[in-house]
Amino acid sequence: MSRWRRPEIGLGGERTMAEGPGRHDVAIVSTAVHQVEAFTGVNEVQLMVGLINQAREAAGLTQAEVGFTCSGSSDFLAGQAFSFVQTLDAVGAFPPISESHVEMDGAFALYEAWVKLQIGEVDTALVYSYGKPSAGSVRDVLALQLDPYYLAPLWPDAHALAALQARLLLESGRATPETMAQVAVRSLHNATTNANAVRASATATVDQVLDTLPVADPLRPADLAQVADGGCAVVLARGQRARSLCDRPAWIRGIDHRIDSHALGARDLTRSKSAAVAAGMAGVSSDRLDIAEIHGSTTSQELILEQELGITPATAVNPSGGALAADTLMASGLIRIAKAADRVSDGSADRALAHATSGPCLQQNLVCVLEGD
Amino acid sequence: MSDTGDLPQALSNPVTLPELLADLEPVRSVRTPIRLVYDFVPSTAAQAYLRAYSDKRILGHRSPVDGAVFVPPRGVDPRYGVAIDETVDLADTGHVGNFCVTHLPIPGRDDLEIPYVSAWIHLDGADVGFLGLVAGCPSEDVRIGMRVRAVWKPDDQLGPTAENILYWEPTGEPDVPVEEAGNRAWRGEDDG
Repeated sequence: MSRWRRPEIGLGGERTMAEGPGRHDVAIVSTAVHQVEAFTGVNEVQLMVGLINQAREAAGLTQAEVGFTCSGSSDFLAGQAFSFVQTLDAVGAFPPISESHVEMDGAFALYEAWVKLQIGEVDTALVYSYGKPSAGSVRDVLALQLDPYYLAPLWPDAHALAALQARLLLESGRATPETMAQVAVRSLHNATTNANAVRASATATVDQVLDTLPVADPLRPADLAQVADGGCAVVLARGQRARSLCDRPAWIRGIDHRIDSHALGARDLTRSKSAAVAAGMAGVSSDRLDIAEIHGSTTSQELILEQELGITPATAVNPSGGALAADTLMASGLIRIAKAADRVSDGSADRALAHATSGPCLQQNLVCVLEGD
Repeated sequence: MSDTGDLPQALSNPVTLPELLADLEPVRSVRTPIRLVYDFVPSTAAQAYLRAYSDKRILGHRSPVDGAVFVPPRGVDPRYGVAIDETVDLADTGHVGNFCVTHLPIPGRDDLEIPYVSAWIHLDGADVGFLGLVAGCPSEDVRIGMRVRAVWKPDDQLGPTAENILYWEPTGEPDVPVEEAGNRAWRGEDDG
C-alpha cells in the first residue's frame, strides 16, 4: 500500500557546463493535449485522469515519482468553488503530495513548477490545466477579470474589448482587414494537421474571410478564437533526469513573464510592452527561431504579438493553428508550450518560442524559449 | 529630503473637488451585482448514480487497483488517479461512521425537525461513507457503529435524486464495534 516516497532533498541532478552557476536546466519530457468543441457527459476530472496518466506514462513516471504538481484552472469558468480540489481526484493525491494551483492559465503553473525545479529540492514536476467554457458564457466570465469598480459593472464582454483593441490597431496603420484575414487563413490551413483543432480548413481564402460579416466590428468570426473545452498535461524534469526520461527533451532555455497595467485606459492597446520585455528576458532574439506558438485570442492580437516578440518571416508561426483553431480558457497557453515542445522533441524544430497570455487585451504575457540538444 | 518631483500633480497635491461636486455626499461604497449562468452536466458516473435512485438502487465504483468500493461513484479512484468503470450495486443498509447533532434550523428546510442528526453512513460493501440524516430514534441514542437502513420515499415519489432516501433508521441489530466503524478499520491497516 505504501507508494509514498519522501522527496529527495538536496540530491539534485548533475549540472552541465551550459547551465552556469546556480541555474538548473529544466526540460519538458512529455505532453498530452485534448480539445473538442464541447464535452458531452465528460467532466473535468474524467478528462484529466486520461491526460495526466498519458503524460506520466509517456515519461515513465508514477505519481509517487513526481516531485511537484501544479495546476491552473478557474472557479468562475467551472461555476464551482474550489473546483480544482475535485480535479485532484485525477492525480492520485494520497498519501499527500506536494501540490499547488494558480487561478491562471496552466502556462503560469508551469512557471511555478520551473521555479520549484530551480530551487533544487525535486527533479520532476507535473503541470496541468483545463477548462470547460461550454458550461457557460466565456465572454461574460471574462468580464469579471476587469477592475470591479469602473469596468466590470459595465459588463464589457471579451469580444467587445478585443474589437476595441483591433479597431485601434487598424487605425494605427499597423494592420489592415487583409493582414488580419491572412492570419485567420494561416490558422485555418495549419489547423488541418492538428487533431485537436476545432476549426480548420484546407481551402479557406482571404476573400472568403473578408466576405463574412463582423460579429464585433471589426472582428469577423474567423478573427475570433474558436472556443473549445479541453485540457493539457505536461511533465517537466531537470538535468540528467530529463535525459533519462525522454530521447530528446525540450529544454527551457529562457522563461519570463511580465504584466502590463490592469487599467485598459492606462496603456496603448496596440502594443504589448510586457510581451516585448518577457521576450527580451527569455532571450528570444539570441538565435534563429524555427517555430513560434503564440497565444492570441484574435487575429489582431497575433499581429501585435508577432511585432512585440520580434518574429521574422523565417519563423513558422502557430503551426498548430494556434488558439484561433481551438481556444480553451485556462489551458490555451500551456497548450502552446506543449505544441512547441512536441516539435522540438520530434526533431522537426531545434529552437521554438512558446507564448501565453492572460488578462484583458494581452495584459499578462509569458514567453518561453525551448531548444533541442 | 522628500522628492516628489516625479509624481503627477494629482498624487502630490491635496484633492480639491470641482465646485459642482462640493455639496454632494461622498461615495463610500458601490454595489456591482454579478450573475453568471451555467449548464452543469454531471459526469457519466454521477448521471448513472442519480438515475439508479429512481429504482431504489445505490451504485458504487470498485477500484481496479485494490477493489475498494467508493460511493457516490466518481469515475476515478482518487488515491491513485486511475479511472474506474466497474459499477457495483450496494445494499441500503450500513452503519454510522461518525455523526453530528445540530440544534440550529437550516433556512428553507422547515420540514427538518430540530435537533437533526447528520451522519457518515457506511454502506455494507462500501469502503467510504456518504452523508445522510439519521432519524427514527431520539438523537441522543445515535452512536458510532449503530446499524441503520434506508427509509425510502413512497414509490410514486421516486426520482433520479439522492433525496429519495428520506433518512436512515436504526435496524436494532448489534452495533459494529467502534474500532471497526467508519474508516477506522482501514486507516488502522494503513498505519500498521
